[in-house]
Amino acid sequence: MSVTVRIPTILRTYTGGQAEVNAEGATLADVIADLEKHHTGISARVLDDQGKLRRFVNVYVNDDDVRFEQGLETATPDGAGVSIIPAVAGG
Amino acid sequence: MAVQTVASSTDSTVDLGPAAALSCRECGHRVPLGPVFACEECFGPLEIAYDFSAYDAEELRKRIEAGPANIWRYAPLLPVPADVADKPNINPGWTKLVQADRLAAALGVDAGKLFVKDDSGNPTHSFKDRVVAQALEAARAFGFTTLSCSSTGNLAGAVGAAAARAGFRSCVFIPHDLEQGKVVMAAVYGGELVGIEGNYDDVNRFCSELIGDPAGEGWGFVNVNLRPYYAEGSKTLAYEICEQLGWELPDQIVVPIASGSQLTKIDKGLQELIKLGLVADKPYKIFGAQAEGCSPVSTAYKAGHDVVRPQKPNTIAKSLAIGNPADGPYVLDIARRTGGAVEDVTDAQVVDAIKLLARTEGIFAETAGGVTVGVTRKLVEAGLLDPAKTTVVLNTGDGLKTLDAVAGTGLTATIRPTLDSFREAGLAS
Repeated sequence: MSVTVRIPTILRTYTGGQAEVNAEGATLADVIADLEKHHTGISARVLDDQGKLRRFVNVYVNDDDVRFEQGLETATPDGAGVSIIPAVAGG
Repeated sequence: MAVQTVASSTDSTVDLGPAAALSCRECGHRVPLGPVFACEECFGPLEIAYDFSAYDAEELRKRIEAGPANIWRYAPLLPVPADVADKPNINPGWTKLVQADRLAAALGVDAGKLFVKDDSGNPTHSFKDRVVAQALEAARAFGFTTLSCSSTGNLAGAVGAAAARAGFRSCVFIPHDLEQGKVVMAAVYGGELVGIEGNYDDVNRFCSELIGDPAGEGWGFVNVNLRPYYAEGSKTLAYEICEQLGWELPDQIVVPIASGSQLTKIDKGLQELIKLGLVADKPYKIFGAQAEGCSPVSTAYKAGHDVVRPQKPNTIAKSLAIGNPADGPYVLDIARRTGGAVEDVTDAQVVDAIKLLARTEGIFAETAGGVTVGVTRKLVEAGLLDPAKTTVVLNTGDGLKTLDAVAGTGLTATIRPTLDSFREAGLAS
């Protein structure tokens, strides 16, 4: 499954400044693992020491917040858009 | 929570008064002052770290008391330049702290012990003027010329007004189905107002993505890339409450929760006043208030969780309808640390509380004020709020913005212009 991942500004040092990159994987966990392969260090910024999504990271697969879905096990269908966004906005 | 102070004077060339750097609330990672809001190490929220080391308590108190009757009397404690009061700004704050004896009697609180901090008296009739005023100064410092935000309504009006006064362009984003009063109040200042097909969390997500896109380059989003500065404005509520109580801490304070930023910064403000010696240290309790239809923090509190599971909002209290509150975990920490609580009320209880506050104190609150008064009643009934202790309840906005909430309220009678008709209607004393 090939997906497009939108990268927030604070992680673009890992993607050579690219705001959008492609990644492979059937679930969000797979996609993050694939991102790590090509952009070393990015996984540790998104996941905590226990391998869970950090509490101040929001991830959307298409329009769905993965916390309302299956978290890291959320399916990432072919052609899906994945957005990684800092959670500390708004209010 | 300790007051963040630093030994060195500044890490930055930007002049924002005592603000010295940005520091991550989660991991402590520090970066120079700039238009950034999330930690590059852990995504945690960046906060202002100050250098207050030069202040003497007595001199500072005198300086504050001699200052203008607005938030700039506290400029020495805010991320703003020393000459902030001379710049074009809407100068919010120094709103009334109303001793609410008739409301106290209705709620079972002792006479003389209940106060309403009525922030409907701000220039655009909500507490948002306080936070926008800080963000405006940061926007000036960082060279932005467009002010923007995601808003549940009140913030949109505050940004529009502040931008108009300061000569900035504004372009703000709101859920498409907001109360008409808030839409008009946001639009009248002449900036661009964009309705997004979705709820507030969708709007917030959109703004967070726009900020990383060339389309949003050069924009100061007050509650996104300027959020560390913006959020500090809520500290002025704490400063004013203490000064208006005669430089004393309240024993209990009831605060509405949307993102949770206001509650966390009120706590930060109280802690700063203690640390600076402007008030005597004593225990205080902070209570959080939500509407049942959007109660992710209250739900987490009651379940004993330290993380907040997002909800899809469904409540008339639209200014509090943030289903994924950024500062939710910190609200939980503060409520537990201070011995407070987080409670919620139904929409019907919100409406009852709006009417109760209006008929007992002459204060017409928007739905968020109904939430805090309704929750206060519930806390007293549950024995969680001590009726003998000094308690401050926040009203953060004007009821004229949410007229639909009390739409059933209207004429007592329609009569002919005659005395007979008046008597027939049963209106004679």
